[in-house]
Amino acid sequence: MNRRAVVIALLIGLAAIPAIAQEKPRSGGELVFVVPSEPPSYDAHQEETFGLIHPMAPHYSTLLRVDPFDKTGTKPVGDVAESWTVSRDGLVYTFKLRHGVRFHDGSELTSKDVKASYDKILNPPAGVKSLRKDAYLAVQAVEAPDPYTLVVKLKYPETSILLNLASPWNWIYKADLLAKDPRWYEKNVMGSGPFVFVEHVRGSHWVGKKNPNYWDKGKPYLDGYRALFVKDSAAQVAAIRGERAMIQFRGFSPAERDSLTAALGPKITVQESPWDCVLMVAMHHDKKPFSDKRVRRALTLALDRYQGSQALSKIAIVKEVAGIQVPGTPYATPPAELEKLAGYGRDIKKSREEARRLLREAGVPDGFSFTFKNRGIPMPYEPVGVWLIDQWRQVGLNVRQEVIEASAYHPMLKRGDFEVAMDFQCGFVVEPDLDLPRFMSHSDANYGKHKDTVIDDLISRQGRVTDIEERKKILRILEKRLLDEEVHILYTLQWHRIIPHNSKVKGWTITPSHYLNNQLDTVWLAE
Amino acid sequence: MIPTLLSVAVLVFFLMRIVPGDIVELRFAGESAFAQKENIDKERARLGLDQPLWKQFIGWMAGLLRFDFGVSMWTGAPISEEIRLRFALSLQLAIMATLVAIVLAIPLGVLAALKQDTWVDYVVRIFSIAGLATPSFWLGIVFILLLLIVFKWLPPMVYTPFWVNPIQNLAQLIWPALAVGYRYSAVATRMTRSAMLEVLREDYIRTARAKGLWEKLILSRHALKNAMLPVLTVIALEFAFLMGGLVVTEQVFNLNGLGMLFVDAVAHRDYTLTQALVLLVAFMFIFVNFLVDLAYAWIDPRIRFR
Amino acid sequence: MAVRPVDVVADVAEVHPAERWWAAVRDFCRRRPLGAIGAAVVALNILVALTANLIAPYDPLATDYGAMLARPSMAHWLGTDAYGRDVLSRILYGSRTAMIVGFACAFVGATVGAVIGVASAYFAGKLDLLIQRVMDIFLAFPLIILALAVVAILGTGMTNVILAITIPMIPRAALVTRSSALAIREMPYVDAARAAGFRHGRIILRHMLPNVMAPYLIMLTAFLGQAILLEASLSFLGLGVSEPTAAWGLMLRGAAVQFAETAPWMAIFPGFAISLAVFAFNLFGDSLRDALDPRLRTQ
Repeated sequence: MNRRAVVIALLIGLAAIPAIAQEKPRSGGELVFVVPSEPPSYDAHQEETFGLIHPMAPHYSTLLRVDPFDKTGTKPVGDVAESWTVSRDGLVYTFKLRHGVRFHDGSELTSKDVKASYDKILNPPAGVKSLRKDAYLAVQAVEAPDPYTLVVKLKYPETSILLNLASPWNWIYKADLLAKDPRWYEKNVMGSGPFVFVEHVRGSHWVGKKNPNYWDKGKPYLDGYRALFVKDSAAQVAAIRGERAMIQFRGFSPAERDSLTAALGPKITVQESPWDCVLMVAMHHDKKPFSDKRVRRALTLALDRYQGSQALSKIAIVKEVAGIQVPGTPYATPPAELEKLAGYGRDIKKSREEARRLLREAGVPDGFSFTFKNRGIPMPYEPVGVWLIDQWRQVGLNVRQEVIEASAYHPMLKRGDFEVAMDFQCGFVVEPDLDLPRFMSHSDANYGKHKDTVIDDLISRQGRVTDIEERKKILRILEKRLLDEEVHILYTLQWHRIIPHNSKVKGWTITPSHYLNNQLDTVWLAE
Repeated sequence: MIPTLLSVAVLVFFLMRIVPGDIVELRFAGESAFAQKENIDKERARLGLDQPLWKQFIGWMAGLLRFDFGVSMWTGAPISEEIRLRFALSLQLAIMATLVAIVLAIPLGVLAALKQDTWVDYVVRIFSIAGLATPSFWLGIVFILLLLIVFKWLPPMVYTPFWVNPIQNLAQLIWPALAVGYRYSAVATRMTRSAMLEVLREDYIRTARAKGLWEKLILSRHALKNAMLPVLTVIALEFAFLMGGLVVTEQVFNLNGLGMLFVDAVAHRDYTLTQALVLLVAFMFIFVNFLVDLAYAWIDPRIRFR
Repeated sequence: MAVRPVDVVADVAEVHPAERWWAAVRDFCRRRPLGAIGAAVVALNILVALTANLIAPYDPLATDYGAMLARPSMAHWLGTDAYGRDVLSRILYGSRTAMIVGFACAFVGATVGAVIGVASAYFAGKLDLLIQRVMDIFLAFPLIILALAVVAILGTGMTNVILAITIPMIPRAALVTRSSALAIREMPYVDAARAAGFRHGRIILRHMLPNVMAPYLIMLTAFLGQAILLEASLSFLGLGVSEPTAAWGLMLRGAAVQFAETAPWMAIFPGFAISLAVFAFNLFGDSLRDALDPRLRTQ
């Protein structure tokens, strides 16, 4: 009897430890959050903005999704897909779909719907846009041999296809509705996600309520959610400060985080992460003196990225010193390696001396003046712009800034109407295959107009290599050539995502992308 | 009135298309800096931007005749709805600011005139000029700072209509109304003062030296009507401007008004929305102008034209 | 409204012009102390703008990442901004931007507008109506909206900002001067002058313009203030001059608002500088008008 009591006590004790370490999700409550912008239409295949994802992602399911508990945001897990197998040659992916997944109107979701949705993405009908068509160039066909099996056939092996298929934009639509009107989803909502659509009042809010027939039994924990459209960031901060809203899923500035923590103390939990967005400096390779790679190298050597990281992270949403991949993700260059590249060295004096020398050699006089074009968006374009100009001043360059309105900026870049300009990139998942194609010589996004076949070759090679270590090696070589040897582009600092939220909000993990982890099925509210 | 409106319509239509920048590029480039040509072309077709200019113009004018402003190119929502959402707030703010201006300007202006060159006059003039000088957005920042630091209170950030919750409504709008009204009172105070001064110069008032200040005021009241014309003109015209021109104030106080809508529309190159807004503001201005002209002609027969 | 016309021709100068001027200035200071103070501050502003590079303690562009958002202290009298730049130096250099923009816009706007307004009133008839119509179209846009439109077309930067502010000012100047000039046009002596065969130009210059001098001068000083304010507003919206130029409106933007609670000196001092400058211009203009307006002469 005694021994048994001891065993029981031990078991109870052991059971209690995880309960203390990890609280049990509580069902109930409405999550109120603020969103800085509204969805222009309701079709994720045709939109680009987080203003669509934040209020609407909870209504939909995708084939795969990025693991919501993984901080690097790079692990694909199944959403509607239960499991999958890959053929030996890496060309055929077979997905087994879950049974019993239902659309909110009660009909069952089968592979027919998945295929129809992907057909729309890969091959949109006339008049319908598909913004991510080019991401699936490797896909030859999508087939639905039986209601619970989906087969994706590739033209050539692509390591990143799974992550690509986990895109938060690839919502699964109902095949019947698409067949009747491929544009139906532009103005209507019918998904299979954890929350059902209730209402959208323009300029005000979006409401969703719990889907009682969600395939993941027990989830979602929340009874519903309410997204308030509040454009101004000061108003968003005020809403969270006044506890009228609990979280904002994009990110706040360091000043806003500080004011929230100062005002609410332990009621605020702050989650931070490097952000899958970065500002780069594009230099027009056809315009003198930037056609000379010594000048380009000087521009990167002038930047004290480490001091910039320390200083700017106090006032702007940038922080990490990074190369071509977000720090902390599988393919990111370790800091010790990064320091070997031009502009990433720790000895800034030495770097700037070399920069001055290179400029002299290239025939650029001291006090040389050029115009730096920047995008008319305050954060973080302004602070990074001010910093860049200041850093270039330290090597004797007299830089004027010309701020171009956001709507005219992209056309300006495309026209090549600049000498040096701010370039930028945001991704939904950190994957070299998504981040690098823009550096190919023929890419539309190659604004600096560099022509480098070695880079082109390296980019396509790294996408087809299946061994991770091999791939990393190629990426290192690519990075060195891109940023150090040829200096086709300058990376400034990685953006830094700061999410201060009400401590009651649990079950949400920050990732580098503000497009990920928005289905809200894992989120719950503490007392 | 109609020809002016028409001219404004034509001007803004072509002006918008001269301005560099493209809504589609902005929409799709978003945060990733590139968009495929195919998608851009499709969207342009959907918005009707690939049509020849004259066709777009005729289409828009035809819509106007039916009082159909079309849909916003950025949000896709009917423009009448976009405007309706903000109209009440802007109108209320304009009315409140004008009231503040009148309540400040007329008594102060009259007082300053009656006590010309005394310290009362100086104080009033300093006070009113300070109102002109202070940038209203800075005043807004200072207001909010004071409220935050001293009272630890922030005005409500979301608009509630007056009939739904008058307290919350006023709690939000009183501050911008004060900031804006104070500014507008400045010009009106000055003009009231000079109008009053002119009237006081009239012989029949000067000769009434034996009477006191109060008597002078009563005697002046008829002449004052005439003299107040420029003051009322200014107040009326400023009111029309208050409807769409409070861009910076709305930004500082986080108000979802017509000013911010306008700035966003221009920033997005949302042609249809911008055109509609410009017409709306122009119409209000021209209408008020028209009313003022009528008032002038009625009151002062010397300035009757046509 | 009793109007006593001033006939400039009859005003005979018996004293040497320079002495007359000096006497007028002394008189002005004595009788209108407020205006004198305003004038003094204006002069101070202009002086600061001219000598900024001599009196500013720091280079306005010099960043100091070790002293970001520093409180006012002996080292930095007005504190530093988000990049560690000295606020005082930036305010001193900022007066350059303000004065250049202010004077350029005010003079061009008021003068062009006045000429248009007087001409319109004088020639009357069809020409007047046409000019009125065109001015009406421009007037139908709030100042800031028109400025926004011009900036959208031309882009940002100092010259474009000046244009953006001047263009909306012209119709307003025209409107004000026209209504003053109208009253004069109806006066019998103008008809007499025309009947006597005086040329248009002479009549406009000698008889009509002097009577719009008062509103012109008031407008000028008001425009000076308004131009400075508009430039500040445009910079605040990000549509005026760009970083890292020192400009008062630009200093009120972004970090100043974000850090308003923890570093209020960033927002308070530039706003104060703007207010002071505009205040001085208006005070001076107000008193100037009182002094010059023949209708208000307290003989």
